[in-house]
Amino acid sequence: MQLQGWGRYPQVDARLIEPSSSSTAIATIKAQGPQDSLIARGAGRSYGDSALNSCVLGSRLLDNFKALDTESGILHCGAGLTFDQLLQVSIPQGLFPSVVPGTKGVSIGGAIATDIHGKNHHQDGSFCDYVDSFTLLLANGECKICSPRKNRELFHATCGGMGLTGIILDATVKLEKVSSVSIRSRSVSTHNLAHTIEQLECLNSNRFVVAWIDCLASGPKLGRGIIHVGNFHETGPLKYQSRRGPAVPFSMPAILLNRYSMKLFNNLYCRMNNKAKADTVQDYDSFFFPLDRIKHWNRLYGRRGFLQYQILLPLDSAQEGLQSLLETAASAGKGSFLAVLKKLGESNRNILSFPGPGLTLALDFKREASVFPLLNELDRIVIDHGGRHYLAKDSRLDESVFKAGYPQWKKFKALKEKVDPTQCFSSLQSHRIGLTAKPGSVTS
Amino acid sequence: MNVLIIGATSAIGKASARLYASRSAAFFLVARDTKRLHEMELDLKIRGATSVESDSRDLLQCDQHEDIIDSAMVQLGTVDVVLICHGVLPDLEQAEVDFETARQVLEVNGLSVISLLIILAEKLKKQGSGRIAVLTSVAGDRGRRTNYTYGASKALVSTYLQGLRGNLLDHGIQIIDIRPGLVDSPMTAGFEKGLLWSSPERVARGIVKAIDRNRHTAYVPEYWRLIMLVVRYIPDFIFNRLRF
Repeated sequence: MQLQGWGRYPQVDARLIEPSSSSTAIATIKAQGPQDSLIARGAGRSYGDSALNSCVLGSRLLDNFKALDTESGILHCGAGLTFDQLLQVSIPQGLFPSVVPGTKGVSIGGAIATDIHGKNHHQDGSFCDYVDSFTLLLANGECKICSPRKNRELFHATCGGMGLTGIILDATVKLEKVSSVSIRSRSVSTHNLAHTIEQLECLNSNRFVVAWIDCLASGPKLGRGIIHVGNFHETGPLKYQSRRGPAVPFSMPAILLNRYSMKLFNNLYCRMNNKAKADTVQDYDSFFFPLDRIKHWNRLYGRRGFLQYQILLPLDSAQEGLQSLLETAASAGKGSFLAVLKKLGESNRNILSFPGPGLTLALDFKREASVFPLLNELDRIVIDHGGRHYLAKDSRLDESVFKAGYPQWKKFKALKEKVDPTQCFSSLQSHRIGLTAKPGSVTS
Repeated sequence: MNVLIIGATSAIGKASARLYASRSAAFFLVARDTKRLHEMELDLKIRGATSVESDSRDLLQCDQHEDIIDSAMVQLGTVDVVLICHGVLPDLEQAEVDFETARQVLEVNGLSVISLLIILAEKLKKQGSGRIAVLTSVAGDRGRRTNYTYGASKALVSTYLQGLRGNLLDHGIQIIDIRPGLVDSPMTAGFEKGLLWSSPERVARGIVKAIDRNRHTAYVPEYWRLIMLVVRYIPDFIFNRLRF
């Protein structure tokens, strides 16, 4: 069947296997021939081709809760459980994950495989810092429990390891106690890039900080934006809610997203937020997951899909690098509705984890032929400034660019060859960026 | 609320149970696989179920049905909702040529359900209340050349339910015929999925809504009512030539 990531590019004709229990997953792996290769897929929320291959093992049905200790906040669940399902159960108990992604559609297994970060990385680190352990199904059909204490190497390779070490079957995660899930938030508007970066630094003491950048503004306004900050409110209801707005019923004509409509949107967004500076209390759903309100928002980009481009630049070169990234994108007239800038904190011990000290910028681009040369140009700027790319968003990165951004790739590859000598686990992405050897034929 | 689910580990059964769990229901679950029933028990309790009991049986053994319903009644006290959602979707080309395959479809989807309904009707009459929801299918609305064996097994139950509904009307028991469209579940693994396909979660929301509202016949998602209306009225000479 046709499979794709959230960016809807690329699409592949793949065989999708969805085991309904751990034992069927184990049986599937044991039945793999020496030439066969597959990749795990969670909720399909990574943007590019990191969960695509000619054979894909989906964890959708492995979504059982196994245990929840409301005292300690320790949750044990299947890898396919999504944040949405988790929140439904945990919020009434006064528990919330310490790190949440920008959409609640992500699965726990996927969150581990990409070591996701939230709007609070500068204070709290990434998702895997709260993972106590997980069960990893290896290429030989054996299950290993990995934690920072047991099978440590495998743990740090699998966290952020893009599913290349095995299949995560279930996980134990520590949730945080909260007295309310309301967020006290405010917005600060900024005039230009230097001001935005300075304000991000100043607002660091807030738990959640994220900046939206008007990436079509140029000249002296380049890098202007709105910074949203938030903290958990002390009081408020412990109530799960999921705001459902309109759904995008089918792929929109891609022409609707052009530089004029985007400029209009960006200007309106700036104006709207300029006024709303004061402290407000909002619910967690609209603060953390604003895009979830529009179901299938990825269809706005049309049939051909879109590319997300998220990079990290180290602090000392961040301003210069961001300046030239935004200038290059703006001069090409390729803006993005949502340009998001965040400050990240210390990196952890996971070999291929994306987050590290610096600033991360995320842009999205409608897929069209002219966007690829632009992205190659952006890649060079990122590498020249010592940065790297987020693999969960990527569908086109060059092997050399990946390797320049992740100097630890050799360590990862060596470990992968040890636990998976026959390349039982590989994705289109891992072939492209040189973490696995390309097989003779892969449909794409 | 006390809920009895037969075929509980099916994708739709599981998704429906979760919705009832969030309303703090008490459950009695029936399915074949003991291990998966046990996993489901833990899951439902964490999702809010007040109690979960289960019984692992092969539903083809119709002589055991009375036993199953009895123990459900004992465990739950009163039964508010019964959801029957077990079923098979065989290799339909084989069912066209092989009677044993066709018989199995009719036994699982048709006869075993009738056997359960006979027993349930008697027990619920005594109780004087209850809602019985049975999963049939849009495939039962009109026999199509690609899946008429499956369609016939579901039509058998739908017709039975129509009569049973009237029979139980005076006893305060509601009969709800649930007709899902195309559902993306393990039963349909390997099918190419398109726009008309729904997730088991979406179907489960439709089921629970239909039971809440005491609908007689519920198409889930509801747009299938319109699709099937059109399908039923296509003239034979055209319909016979359609290849879907």
